Amino acid sequence: MRKQLVLTFVLAVFALAAAACGADEEVTPTAAGTETAAAPDPCAKDQLNLKTAGQLTIATDNPAFPPWFQDAEGAPWDPTTEPTKQGYEGAVSYAVANEMGFSDDEVKWVVVPFDNVFKPGPKDFDFDINQVSYSPERDQAVDFSDSYYDVEQAVVTLKSSKFAKATLLADLKDAKLGAQLGTTSYDAIVDTIQPGKDPNVYTTNNDAIRALKNGNIDGIVVDYPTSLYVTAVQVPNATAVGRLPAEGQEYFGLVFEEGNPLRDCVNEAIAKLREAGTLDEAAQKWIEGSAPPVLE
Amino acid sequence: MRAHGASGWRSTLIALASTIVFALVVVLVVSNSRGWPEVQRQFFNGEFFRESLRVIPKAFLLNVRIFLIAEVFILVFALFIAILRSLPGPVFFPLRALAIVYTDFFRGVPTILVIYLLGFGAPALQISGIPRDELFWGVVALVLVYSAYVSEVYRAGIDSVHPSQEAAARSLGLSQTKTLRYVIVPQAVRRVVPPLLNDFIGLQKDTALVALLGPVEAFRQSQIEVASNFNYTPYLVTAILFVLLTIPLARLTDWLVIRDRRRQLALGAGR
Amino acid sequence: MSAVTVLEVEGLHKSFGRTEVLKGIDVELRSHEVVCLIGASGSGKSTLLRCVNLLEPIDAGRIEFLGEEITAPKVDANQVRRGIGIVFQAFNLFPHMSVLRNVTLGPKKVLGLSTEQAETEAVDLLRRFGLLDKKGEYPDRLSGGQQQRAAIVRALAMKPQLMLLDEVTSALDPELVAEVLDVIRELAESGMTMLIATHEMSFARDVANRVCFLDDGVILEDGPPLEIFFSPQNPRTQQFLQRIIEAGRL
Repeated sequence: MRKQLVLTFVLAVFALAAAACGADEEVTPTAAGTETAAAPDPCAKDQLNLKTAGQLTIATDNPAFPPWFQDAEGAPWDPTTEPTKQGYEGAVSYAVANEMGFSDDEVKWVVVPFDNVFKPGPKDFDFDINQVSYSPERDQAVDFSDSYYDVEQAVVTLKSSKFAKATLLADLKDAKLGAQLGTTSYDAIVDTIQPGKDPNVYTTNNDAIRALKNGNIDGIVVDYPTSLYVTAVQVPNATAVGRLPAEGQEYFGLVFEEGNPLRDCVNEAIAKLREAGTLDEAAQKWIEGSAPPVLE
Repeated sequence: MRAHGASGWRSTLIALASTIVFALVVVLVVSNSRGWPEVQRQFFNGEFFRESLRVIPKAFLLNVRIFLIAEVFILVFALFIAILRSLPGPVFFPLRALAIVYTDFFRGVPTILVIYLLGFGAPALQISGIPRDELFWGVVALVLVYSAYVSEVYRAGIDSVHPSQEAAARSLGLSQTKTLRYVIVPQAVRRVVPPLLNDFIGLQKDTALVALLGPVEAFRQSQIEVASNFNYTPYLVTAILFVLLTIPLARLTDWLVIRDRRRQLALGAGR
Repeated sequence: MSAVTVLEVEGLHKSFGRTEVLKGIDVELRSHEVVCLIGASGSGKSTLLRCVNLLEPIDAGRIEFLGEEITAPKVDANQVRRGIGIVFQAFNLFPHMSVLRNVTLGPKKVLGLSTEQAETEAVDLLRRFGLLDKKGEYPDRLSGGQQQRAAIVRALAMKPQLMLLDEVTSALDPELVAEVLDVIRELAESGMTMLIATHEMSFARDVANRVCFLDDGVILEDGPPLEIFFSPQNPRTQQFLQRIIEAGRL
């Protein structure tokens, strides 16, 4: 009796392994190396270096917040559910995909937490779109596309805070600020504001927002578009005090595995979208709102 | 181990020589292995090591502070729970039941949940009089969780004191309270020093969880370094700091245990 | 000095769970009397002693100490135990305290003596029983005999009217037994009322005013040592003593 069970188990394992191997063989993309006359366009859809042939695998965080992504009801989007084209990054993702020849159905979403995106090593996505700012350090570990959004950092406080009326950076010197771990927002606090009190660091932006609501911190630093969502929806009694000055323009780029030639093709697509005004339209639609003044 | 006379010195020398040879062999083998350059670059990078040493030890002071404060409260509160649990008689049943529910709950819930619930949840209630400080709630969470474990350790200690000790104390006319205070608990505590130490080593490390609430302690600081450099050497620096904190405690415990075991064992049969 | 009844036990029954250990004990001690309890292991000697100082609650019967019924419901056991000293077979001394602290703990925390007074009295007692040089030592430094002597001293420090000794030499190495027996002998000679459970038959024969033979929860015979040891009436007493003699212990 026991021997039969073991035998059945072993056979089942072999069967599964064989099926898996078989499946692998079907999925391996074969380069279409035919001897046609003209050199193939490296950015033609069938020439692209993709994780899964015929499919554009895009990664973002979970949940993905407005104004970057939103579901049909305007709430934060869960990439494991029904896909969405709403939100600035949602719009840009599908615009890029369409520009490169993918239909909406050929776009697949995966979840990657923010600080796993720009670590060195192989990736499970073709590109990631998650408000990742370009930085030289990050660029050594991954590859960035050209800008799809030029970004500024903003300081958000409660309306009742004594820092809500700050107009100068110096006004924030005594503030207890907070930001998410590993973000340029955190760097902005440390490098630009340089407050007297050490800033708090949170695992997620939500934790930082919770601390703001609880009154544990005086203010948080997030990118300007995120501050719109924070002050409009998450913490209605908060206000965006001001934008932070920056040396050079900070921008968001799509993140690629280091050395991935797909990046150049995506850059072409972004350039075309920019020329056609698509990016501006999307920004108008999703990231409007009057920007607060820049703190000196 | 005490060594006597000349043979003692010789043993020490041999032990020392043997250790040096062993260490040399390990270093030679590891540094000549094929993967070593990459591992060294990622984990043992001298430049990032020095850089981390500038910021992480300062953040580590926060861990030490949290640990010292929490430890004091845990030692006291856990004893209180243990005594509640061991009160005899039907009239004290509600208190015993309360102690059981408390220890079951706080040993069952993951510490990280308690920290989140208290650290973000309690201030959110916005009830005046309730402190808002995140460090306060972080310490409270650690105290609640660890007192549950330590109270069980105390209880085991109390139970392990020979019943004749209680009988001898009561026979002198000492009340239940005084018996506990002068005879049982002092012995119980001495007996459970090793498991107490285990729980405290755990506490030292769990101080890092307070970072979830915002304060930047050593582990969070090393996360910040790693996030901006993509090099894991800062984690190594933090690891070393934690281990250095543990070693003196471990040796102190060894000494306390040896000293007390002698006294405890003497009371069995007459000698 | 008229003899006072120090201890009176009437119809004492005690069970542990479903096992009845004491099945109706009657015994009486007058002041300065030394009564030895003999009997096989499990006969109930320890249980009887522990009932007398209220360490065990009784199931039926009564115990009177110095005329007061101590088994009555509202009695303060802690108060009663001040007047009754007990020494056990082992694990007597508190290992985390020096001998001196062991002895002074009761007088200080129960009788309310000041530290100096408690220590003065303790030193006197320790000197009387040859333990003065050990007063600062911890019990693990003492031999078994010294520990038991110290335990007796600790009980005496409370100035009891009655001393209960529960097989106090049974756990000792043979060469250490004598020093403890000497102490007990001296106590008896100084007039302490004592109820002693023991296996030491020769000692009982020498020191006791009366010997009680306890068998299966009842006192089968109660009389002067010469009578019990040399002309026991009850066949079971005879059996027991026969076995003792064969073992060479009498």
